[in-house]
Amino acid sequence: MTALFKHDKPDNRNVLDHTAQGIIGQPLTRPEGILKVTGNATYAAEYAFDECLEGVLVTAPFAKGQVNSIDEKSVSSMPGVIKVITDKRLTARAAQGTANEAPKQNVCEVHYWGQPIALVVAETFEQARDAAKHLKFDYTEDTDAIFDPEAADSETEDGATQQGDLAHAMKQADASVDLHYSTEGHASAAMEPHASIAQWDGDTLTVHASLQMLNYNITELADAMGLKEGKVRLLSPFVGGGFGSKLGVSQDVVAASVAAMELGRPVRVVMSRQQVFQTIMRRSETTQRLRLAADADGKLTGFGHEALVSNLPNEEFAEPVTQSSEFLYGGENRVLQIEVARINRMTAGSVRAPGEAVGMPALEAAMDELAEKAGIDPVELRLRNIPEVHPSEGTPFSSRKLAECLKEGAAKFGWDSGPRTPRMQREGEWWIGTGVASAARVHNVGEAKARVTLQADGTALVQTDMTDIGTGTYAILGQIAGEMLGMSRDDVLVELGDTKHPRGPGSGGSWGAASSGSAVFVACEAIAEEIASLLGAAKDDLTLKDGIASWGGQTRPVTEILDGKAITKIGHYEPGDTEDDYAASSYGAFFAEVAVNQWTGETRVRRMTGAFGIGRVLNEKTARSQCLGGMVWCIGSALTESLLFDPVDGHLVNCDLAEYHVPVHRDVPDMDVILVEERDGAASPIQAKGVGELGMCGGAGAIANAIYNACGARLHDFPMTPDRVLAAMPAD
Amino acid sequence: MPISINHQPYDLPDDPRVSLLDFIRHDAGQSGTKKGCDHGQCGACTVLVNGVRINSCLSLAVMHDGDEVTTIEGLGTIDQPSALQKAFLEHDGFQCGYCTPGQICSATALIEEIRAGWPSDATGDVEQAPKLTDEEIRERMSGNLCRCGAYPNIIAAIREVAETEL
Ligand code: FES
Ligand code: FES
Repeated sequence: MTALFKHDKPDNRNVLDHTAQGIIGQPLTRPEGILKVTGNATYAAEYAFDECLEGVLVTAPFAKGQVNSIDEKSVSSMPGVIKVITDKRLTARAAQGTANEAPKQNVCEVHYWGQPIALVVAETFEQARDAAKHLKFDYTEDTDAIFDPEAADSETEDGATQQGDLAHAMKQADASVDLHYSTEGHASAAMEPHASIAQWDGDTLTVHASLQMLNYNITELADAMGLKEGKVRLLSPFVGGGFGSKLGVSQDVVAASVAAMELGRPVRVVMSRQQVFQTIMRRSETTQRLRLAADADGKLTGFGHEALVSNLPNEEFAEPVTQSSEFLYGGENRVLQIEVARINRMTAGSVRAPGEAVGMPALEAAMDELAEKAGIDPVELRLRNIPEVHPSEGTPFSSRKLAECLKEGAAKFGWDSGPRTPRMQREGEWWIGTGVASAARVHNVGEAKARVTLQADGTALVQTDMTDIGTGTYAILGQIAGEMLGMSRDDVLVELGDTKHPRGPGSGGSWGAASSGSAVFVACEAIAEEIASLLGAAKDDLTLKDGIASWGGQTRPVTEILDGKAITKIGHYEPGDTEDDYAASSYGAFFAEVAVNQWTGETRVRRMTGAFGIGRVLNEKTARSQCLGGMVWCIGSALTESLLFDPVDGHLVNCDLAEYHVPVHRDVPDMDVILVEERDGAASPIQAKGVGELGMCGGAGAIANAIYNACGARLHDFPMTPDRVLAAMPAD
Repeated sequence: MPISINHQPYDLPDDPRVSLLDFIRHDAGQSGTKKGCDHGQCGACTVLVNGVRINSCLSLAVMHDGDEVTTIEGLGTIDQPSALQKAFLEHDGFQCGYCTPGQICSATALIEEIRAGWPSDATGDVEQAPKLTDEEIRERMSGNLCRCGAYPNIIAAIREVAETEL
């Protein structure tokens, strides 16, 4: 019943190129799309359960210390108030992605401003919100909170690279740069706030929540609650955006669960927008040092990328700033290192493209300065530095389309490879300029299972706990099954986001499509094999198309072969040796044109082209949308997004969407996306790689380089806000 | 007088603190309208009140005595989606879908606003009727955030429908 595929060798059979249905890769509209555009998609907070109570979290108004007591009586006589939950099981932080165990509990110990400390439950939301504001508690604030990463103690992360003699290479270089960059913290700011409705029937805890990785979240929740995993069910069929913020079980999930179990009624807990900003993962701010040494031909001889990031005490996650720097460009003398400072800000964790989102823009901005010093066109400089093998591990690369992306992107954008002196183009009070950057994002896969049923009526059902957070999972899993089983996508029903289905790794690290897509593929291969054996045909001789099986010159409707019976298989994809044998990554290139205002320093992105190599494209429409979304994030991280903390009490000052500036419609021009033809059998048996994060891995660097090319302001601090641009703008 | 939501009458809530948004989502059980911020900062809660778009989180339900409220559910259905709903689907003008009802309600009102000749920040000469430029659409849609970054596809969908309707 279960078919296993262990990925020990690249799968270069390219099966999906030989199937007959012809829907794989097609730009089909999303099957769940009609629900979304008509308001019929139901998100976590939107289930109507009888007798449902409303919970509102109370959070700490200080950054470090101890809650000594909570005065439940201060609110218990307020209208509608049922209970103040202060249970030991409440969680103080959200779990990190793939944590698989409860995050820090004991909410009385406070480590960051805005940490949840209690839940007020009432009959209505308005009553609970009011009571939460009035809840009195006694606390002791410590005086030793640390807010400045530069002033805090730091540790060096494992896995640093020290190779050759970088200092010597810098001295010997024909051209070199030694630059310091900073990036501010980022918030995922998914449009749907974190929300849960928990139900307890005396035996099983059922929670509708907004989560990305149910397979891990169920363990985290069970562990937090002291329940067996078999007594917990999680459902997230629709998730209103995640971007890393919903990788691990969040505080609302556990709080709603505790309350539901204690009160015997369903309990809904929805975080306010401010609470999402204050208590959910931030991307760490970074300071980075880039050292690049090149010979007379512009070939890198030395490569240094060091970063300081931060997190709370006892958190394992450290923003992996140098992740793609390890292999993107050559240079035999290498230093790559990350230090983590321990400070009292909310948990630092994964925000879309952890690592590359901030590491790549700094690297790509430094490459631009190196190109200028070496007198080489920046596209050409990148092309000259694509290494043969992984520069420190010596492993071969799997399929890599970096050069193609740079060339095709340059052609589409109309890149001018002539001299690149700033201030060459002007329109009124605006300087116009262009910039380029490479894109890279490591490829990840995880163990995944999916159940596929070929129904007696010839339709198919795909079931997995995998989530669709806007990424297109419903679309692509249906397309893979339809292609493999020979039917239109409309004949495939895809059920997601329920832990009672076979489990996959969830949505995160861009690994969902390659992992769960492969599980569906493996199940379908097993079904096709069974059909072949029912027909006595050789498996490779069987073709399935539009519900008809063809083999050895014969044809027969699949429903007839099934003869009233269904075939069900569980596909099991297991990562194997290919993960270590190859350096697998998706690649791309960004080209941006900006206008910078001479008087205000405001930057407007006028157009942007992105070319990406993501392995096999499973659905051209949804893949393109992922890339567009990433490029929009490039604009935000280049120009506007930064978490700002009060240096005195450590609170997040801009904890809402009015003050934390995500790009809006008018900030975003039309953008070109090129998907370069590619198959990567080392990446997955469907030859696909991840696409959800690649679109924001470096593009902010292209914008920074375009700002310099436009007006001559060379900035080293992201985001490049008008004040910073003005200050860096050379006098006429 | 009751409040009408998609032509269905509902009694006003007893609790004056209930926002129009929570009333629609909770009391009226029409959860197509979304809450993204509850502070008028994201546009997810956009609905039409007597044909004009507002952020329903910034308004109290009790202020809408006798008003006709149209939400995403009132614009079209699964079987009979509106032209904008179809265009959003075709152009992939969404990803997670959470901002989408607000985007579509806003876009529906935007077409009427341009038809009525209302100027915006992007309108060069306010004496003249606004033209249906991309910049004009982008400006008028800028109160509707989309963190998934579906903006270029949203504009393509609105442009297509507005061009045929105006
Ligand atoms: S929920 Fe009303 S504007 Fe955000
Ligand atoms: S579609 Fe996700 S926020 Fe717009």
